Formats: sequence, C-alpha cells, structure tokens
Amino acid sequence: MSSSSCLSDLEQGAFAVIGSIPSGDASMTRLRELGLLPNTRIQLIRRAPLGDPIEISVRGSLISIRKKEADLIKINLS
Amino acid sequence: MPDKSSEDSNTPSSKSSEGMIFALVGNPNCGKTTLFNALTGLKQKVGNYPGVTVERKEGECFLTHGEKVRIIDLPGAYSLNARSPDEAVLRDVLLGRRKDTPKLERVIIVLDASNLERHLYLATQILELGIPCILALNMMDVAHDRDLVIDFQALSESFGGIPVIPMEASKRKGITELKQSMAQAEVPASEFRVPFPEEIKSGLKSSWNELKTSGVLANEGSLLEPLYLLSDHDPTHYGIKNKQMDAIHDCQNKLANQFPGWEDKLVAARYDAIHDITQKAIRRPDEIESTFTDKLDAVFLHPVWGWAALLLILGLLFGLIFKVADGPMGWIESLFAWAGEWVTGQMNEGDLRDLIVDGVIAGVGGVVIFLPQILILFFFIGMMEDTGYMARIAFMMDRLMSRVGLNGKSFLPLLSSHACAVPGVMATRTIDNPKDRLITILVSPLAGCSARLPVYLLMIAVLVPSDEIPLLTKVFFLLLMYGLGIGGAFFFAWIFHKRLLKGDGAPMILELPAYKKPAFTAVLWHVWERTRIFVRRAGTVILGISILLWFAVTYPKSDNPDPSVAMEYSLAGKVGKMIEPVIQPMGYDWKIGIGLIASFAAREVFVSTMSIIYSVEESEGIEPLRDRLRSERKADGTPVYTARVCLSLMVFYVFAMQCLSTVAVVKRETNGWKWPLFQIAYMTITACVGALLVYQIGGMLGYA
Repeated sequence: MSSSSCLSDLEQGAFAVIGSIPSGDASMTRLRELGLLPNTRIQLIRRAPLGDPIEISVRGSLISIRKKEADLIKINLS
Repeated sequence: MPDKSSEDSNTPSSKSSEGMIFALVGNPNCGKTTLFNALTGLKQKVGNYPGVTVERKEGECFLTHGEKVRIIDLPGAYSLNARSPDEAVLRDVLLGRRKDTPKLERVIIVLDASNLERHLYLATQILELGIPCILALNMMDVAHDRDLVIDFQALSESFGGIPVIPMEASKRKGITELKQSMAQAEVPASEFRVPFPEEIKSGLKSSWNELKTSGVLANEGSLLEPLYLLSDHDPTHYGIKNKQMDAIHDCQNKLANQFPGWEDKLVAARYDAIHDITQKAIRRPDEIESTFTDKLDAVFLHPVWGWAALLLILGLLFGLIFKVADGPMGWIESLFAWAGEWVTGQMNEGDLRDLIVDGVIAGVGGVVIFLPQILILFFFIGMMEDTGYMARIAFMMDRLMSRVGLNGKSFLPLLSSHACAVPGVMATRTIDNPKDRLITILVSPLAGCSARLPVYLLMIAVLVPSDEIPLLTKVFFLLLMYGLGIGGAFFFAWIFHKRLLKGDGAPMILELPAYKKPAFTAVLWHVWERTRIFVRRAGTVILGISILLWFAVTYPKSDNPDPSVAMEYSLAGKVGKMIEPVIQPMGYDWKIGIGLIASFAAREVFVSTMSIIYSVEESEGIEPLRDRLRSERKADGTPVYTARVCLSLMVFYVFAMQCLSTVAVVKRETNGWKWPLFQIAYMTITACVGALLVYQIGGMLGYA
C-alpha cells in the first residue's frame, strides 16, 4: 500500500491520519462535524460482514460510514 | 393536513404557572430518552410537531422540594447545522423560531461521557446561544469501562462554572443531583464562544442584513440565527418558508463564492476549541483494553457467526409471533364471538342489533385479533433497540439494502411487516433519513403479512385438486407469494429512490452503541405507548369503515331470507356487478368483486365474505368453502375457480393495500393523507396489473 491512500483501503485495526477530506460539500461537512478533520488520527475498527459499511474510531468515538464516503477521505499511514 | 386530535398536536398551554420549562438536548444515542423517562416517570404526552413527523414529547417532573417543572424532550441531533427535519426542529426550538413551543428557560445538555469530544460539538453550539445550561454526563459506566478519567471541575470551569452532573440514567444514578441542580434559582449562562474567523464574520454580517429584510429572522440580535439558517442542508428546509428560501440561497451562494469552505473552517475552529478543553478535562488510557461490547461484537458481527446469530434471533422472533400469538388470538376471537352472541341474546332482532354484532363487534374484532402479534413485535423491536443489537442488524444489512437505495435501518421494519405492517411502519421512526424512512413506509405493506395467509391458504386449497395438499406444494406457493412481495418491495423502493423523492444532505451514519442489559420497564412502556396509539388511531378509522361496509352489504334490503341473495341485492352486490366488466379480464366474477370490496378494510375478510356469498358455514374450517368454490360454475358450465383465477387472486392480494389499519398508521406517520392515498393507488394499480397479467398470460399458455 502506498503511503497515501483512502480511508476505505485501511486494514482492519490499522491506524492512520486523515490527509484531506473534500471541502464545501454538505455530506462531507457532516463527517467533519463528527470529528473527521484533516490531521485527525483514526483507526479502522471493522468492516461489516458484507464489506460495507466500515466502523472507525475517531476522537474517542465510534461511527460507521459507507465506503462511498470513505473513498473520498485521503489518509496518511502513521 | 395538520392533525387536530389532542394526541397529535398538544400545543403547550400558555400557562406559565405550570412551572419552569427545561429542554433535554443531545446527540442520538446519548441516553436522552432514558433520562427523560427517569425524570418524568409515566407522566408524559407524546405527539408530533405540527406539520412534520418529528416526535414531540413533553412531561412533568417534581424536583427535590416538590417544585413542578415541565420537560420537553427535543429530537436528537449531531449539530445545529440541520440535515433533517429532526435537526431543523431542534434548531428552531432553541432559537425561539417556533410559535408552538415557548421560549426555553433552561436546557439540560445530555452527553455520552464515553464520547465526550464529539458530543461537545453540539453542546458548545448550544452553550453559545446564551440559554442557561446544565451538562448531564450520562453513561459514566461506559466511560469507566473504557478507563476514561474525566475532571468535572475542569469541564465546568471551561464553560464558566456551569453545573456538570455525572450520571448513569439507566440505573437512576445522578438523578437526585441533577434535580438539585435544576432547582437552583440561578444557573450562569456560559460565556463560552468559539471565535469566528474575521472574514466569515463580516460575510455573515452582510447576510444578516439581507435576511433581516426578508423577515426570516426571529431574533435580530445575534449572528447565530443567520449562521444556522445558512448552514441548513435539510432537503425539506423544514421550518423555513419558501419565499424566504430565496434570500437564504442568495446569501449561501455569496458566502460560498467569497469564502469557499467557510462551514468547514467553522467546524475546524470548533474542534480546535473542544480539543483544548478535552486536553484539560479527559485522561484517556494509553492502551485500549477490549471491552465486553468488543467481545460480543466479535461474535455478532463475525462473517459466519454473525449471520448464524441473526438467523437464530429472527427465527425465534417469528416462531414466537406465530406460535405464542396463536393462543391469545384464539381467545380474542372467542371473546368477540361471545360478545356478538351476548348482544344477539340481549337485543331484539333488527337492524340495530345486526349493526352492532356484524358491523361493530366483527369489524373491531378483526383488528384487535392482530394485537398479540403486534405486541410481540413491539416488544422484540424495543428489546433489540434497547440492548443495542438493532444497530448491529442495520450494520450487517446496510450493503444489501443500499442496493435498492435504502439503508440498513430499513431492514427490521420491512422484516416485521412480514407479520404485520402496523408495527413495521411504526418502527420506521428509528430511520433518521427522512427519504429512506418514507420509502420504507411506502413499501412495507408489500411484505407478506399474516392477514394474507387465510386468503392464500384458501386459494391453494381450491387450486390443488387433492383433498390433502402435499406440504411441499403448499410451501412452494407460499414462498412464491412471499417472494413476489419482497421482490415488489425492493423494486418499488428502487423506483421511488430514483424517481420520487429529493436527494439528501446527510451521509448514512450508523453508531454501534455499547451493549447493555435491557430496561424492561422502559421497553414495556414503549410497547404500551405504541399499542395505545395504534388502537386509538386504527380503532376509530376501522370502526367507521366497518360500519360503512356493513351498510354496504346490508342495504338496500331484499325480502329473500337467504343471506347470499340478500348480499347480491345489497349495495356491495350492485357495486360488485358494476365492476364486473373491469375485473373480468382478471378472471373474476361479481361475487369475487364483492369479496374484494368487503376486504378493503382487512384482507382476511375476503374469506368470511365468500362464506356468506356462497352460504357456507365458516366455522367448519375451509373444506366446505373449498368444495363449494370448486363446484362453482359459470353460465356455460365451466368452473369459475380455475388454477389461473386462484393464482390471479393470490397475486392481487400480494400487491393490493386492502388494510385500513395500515392506512391509518401511515397517515399518522406521514402526517397527512397524501402518502397513504398514493400508497393505496400504486399498490392497487400494481395488484390489478399483476392479476391481469397472470390471468391473461395463463390463458395464452393454454390454461383453462
């Protein structure tokens, strides 16, 4: 895996830091409001049995989002 | 159409003597409802906010020295930047924009202590509004399990010394302390403010001018109202008038052009401020130990064991519905039969007696008989919600449901509808996305509910020539019909998703809360509340329609004592004959037409109506009726109930609405007649087309 990829590529249990997240888009602003901001450390907790959605840990809380959105979030592996 | 009944639009009285008004506010899953129940006990009123299906709950609470206060449970939200009608209602109540809710005097912000950083996002937005607030740190047990250490003093000081109460609402811990804090005469309003970046502030100021001119602002003294109106991404724009939307769009475009990503900058500024606070107030462990919830999820969300567990739990649920509900359903049936006989014995023969026995008692009995199933479903749904397993089902099913444009939370309502669409439709309240919720409501009645079974079983009995139907044949036809229903539900969900409704401004978000022991009293209260609403809503509609239908099959009266002749002579018989040319291409005669009309209120009524039409005693099981239907001949001597007529009828009942209880519940859940009428129309048209296709294609293939 390259050092820069998207959130949906993250391995189960792995940590990463958010590099960029699209700006000015209502859906993505909501994800920011849930704490998914650039430079935030996140962990992929698990994938659903069918592969989508994915559960992530961010700022001490757990949320599940769809791959469709996770594909747009760029990460740097730590 | 706004609902006028006391249950649905309980606009609060203006009497301020009823005590101070507190509002409970918080993120979804913060335990707000549990706290509301703990504070108010059973003294609460549940309804809708006028014009929108956002649940409105209000209750009374007595503080430590007996002072009575009013508590409003506001809808859960992640942010005041609304993405749904729920969040729009919260914003409007907090900003004093709603005329039906008085201005709030105190706000209790409920936070999940184990998720403090994210929950502080909404909390700090509310603190800035200048209303005196109390922070209730709920779920301290979960925070302890995760080895989080929270410095309440530091947290309180960060917000100018406002009260911070640690609690565990599900075990009633901290309730006394909260009530003491609520009884304080003076609670400081927090001075906490996240600074606006200077250029955005100037942009908001010019927007404020424009919005003020358009008259959309309720309070003109603050930049926060324009801010939250401009960051509204609720596709329905609930709470904002259409003509004012133009001014808002105008300002939104200007701001977006001048300061691209301005909303994202504000989010970042807020999280910076929150991070400073949590640095001081929370100590997180270096190593994260796996909790009880993690261990359970390793099984329940396992690629193999997860599915096995899901199948087992749902199998148990349906087993219970069909086995356990059987007994009480029999009792209810005998009770209504006894009541009918008793009235028959007490009253003189006449129309009034017939109206009470055949109209009122039989009609209401036909609905009440499904109560055991409905209760079991409500109970199970409540248990699954309360333990946290419901969210896991949504997590597992989301991928499948997203194929037709729905989300994982639609799965359980659709599944429940296979027993009865009433609890299914009512369970859609857990779907926070309004578009997904409406689509789920619209397609739920296509699931093969238990009222269809008697019709299917009768038709299969007529269809299969032998006296004993081989089990496999029976299962084959039933599966075929259930499969058609599921396929239809998914097909229409997909169509509605593509064509019918506006898109949405929120991504699908799921939270898997920590598992917990279910609170039985709360679940039973939930069951009671839902059942009461159903009986009251559906009961009144059903009663009215049952009486109307009774008139239709009774009047005008014929002199002939034979009930089948009397029915032919009645209004229903005349309508049946009138629609015969329309239903003939589907293979039906006017007698079947009467059955279709009479069963408009409830599908299973088809069977009893056919028994009356053919003068067969229904109490002896379906065999006499089956034999009578098989021997029914047309004028030319060929049988009426051929295989393709039976199949055509079954297909009709797969798709047709034919259930007034569901219509009544959909009307309540969508706040008006628009969607239930649309639902009746699309389902009936599909049913007719489906039945027509079966009959005509069957004919082309050479079947009799």
